[in-house]
Amino acid sequence: MCLGVPGRVISIEGDIAQVDFWGVTKPVRIDVIDTPVVPGDYVLNHVGFAIRRIPESDIAETLALYDELLRPAGDDDLMAADIRGELAAAGAPGARR
Amino acid sequence: MTGGAPAIDGGFSHLKFRDPARAAALELALASQTQALGRAPVSIMHVCGSHEQAIARFGLRAAFPPALDVMMGPGCPVCVTDVPEVDEAVALATAGVRIATYGDMLRVPGTSRSLADARAAGARVDVVYGAVQAVELARATDEPVVFFASGFETTAVATAAVVLAGPPANFSVLSAHKYIPPVMEIVAEMPGSRIEGFLAAGHAATITGWGVFERFVARHRIPVVVAGFEPLDVLAGLVRLVELIGSGEPRVENAFPRCVTRDGNRPAQDRLWRVFEPQGGRWRGIAHVPNGNLRLRDEFAAWDTRRRFDIDLASLWDHAPPSLVGQCTCGDIMAGIASPHDCALFGRECTPDAPVGACMVSSEGTCRIWHQYGGHPDLRQIRRRA
Repeated sequence: MCLGVPGRVISIEGDIAQVDFWGVTKPVRIDVIDTPVVPGDYVLNHVGFAIRRIPESDIAETLALYDELLRPAGDDDLMAADIRGELAAAGAPGARR
Repeated sequence: MTGGAPAIDGGFSHLKFRDPARAAALELALASQTQALGRAPVSIMHVCGSHEQAIARFGLRAAFPPALDVMMGPGCPVCVTDVPEVDEAVALATAGVRIATYGDMLRVPGTSRSLADARAAGARVDVVYGAVQAVELARATDEPVVFFASGFETTAVATAAVVLAGPPANFSVLSAHKYIPPVMEIVAEMPGSRIEGFLAAGHAATITGWGVFERFVARHRIPVVVAGFEPLDVLAGLVRLVELIGSGEPRVENAFPRCVTRDGNRPAQDRLWRVFEPQGGRWRGIAHVPNGNLRLRDEFAAWDTRRRFDIDLASLWDHAPPSLVGQCTCGDIMAGIASPHDCALFGRECTPDAPVGACMVSSEGTCRIWHQYGGHPDLRQIRRRA
């Protein structure tokens, strides 16, 4: 669960951002992020919380890494499973208080 | 879902990388830097399951020079959850209290039983992917819900955030959260330790900042390099670490600047330390680690399972532990003293489907990772024969 998962912020309401992950929008808590974010920013998320705003210059490289990790992976691949777990955490039906 | 043929070829091929030329250059640099030290083995420890996954999955050990020994230390939070901590959760579950926890925690052995055993016997144990989901479970009911929380500082931040948000009164946290920097000191000081450098985990350092390791370097004169999880990030971190070992001037270096700063994520640290305080406690199979456990502060006693419930551990001691447990070498593996190769149970009596020790249970455990990606990913031996 150390990998986290990157996504793009669509909208923000209070402590919750709707974040796009490969075309799927999920709610994420943004109350522990390092710096304020606005729609369009990319964030790195862990267990349902955005923990870092990804700088503009690093977005492409970060996304490429996750594409690489997810692409060839079978169902039993541990790294891909970690990333799917992170997505499930972001997808908590109530990522709200 | 486990066992059988490995999903990915464990061999090292430059063509697997997005930048094959850079992979080849890093492999060469690692070889020449290691050779320049003029001794073997040169031992490096990393403390992150995701690093081990990247090393094993991409076959990086085949690119390491034979003199370089890269081992995984206590980098799996589920694996270092101590037996009495599991017993607390099992005792509560057996007494009818509803437990919510991360999936990897289910099969971690306690003295005589795991949470999975308790669930099979009728206890209610829910798997959650995060602290928020555990709070949601509590909101949907009047009965007590205990969140059995594991993870290092990165994950503990999420637990802290839900506690600060004022969860319902029937929610509480049974914290098995652990803090990495103190255990690095313990492992470095172990008799027989050969560790000459630490590769620190990028995302944990995203929270704490790389500055947190400066005290360690000053005390132990062992360099620390923070590295990311891209295979090339791992290789680049190792090259820098071997250079630092050779320089005789140990310091902390940040080889993952796109994610890690010196000070880290201050708002996250603020929440972490407002809710938790470091306490000494045992890490499974390793040692007592001063300040290694994260426990809820007095101010949050209302959500601290240990202060809310009278937990009867003695009820679990009537049962004999499984007979193979005494042969498990998980502790030595996490301390860097042994590898899964050295364990008589690995891949035989102990498999992901029938794990004996915690290192075979968690997806971040050394044994589980080695079993998954071809069992014995140290391809140097194969290369020597070829």
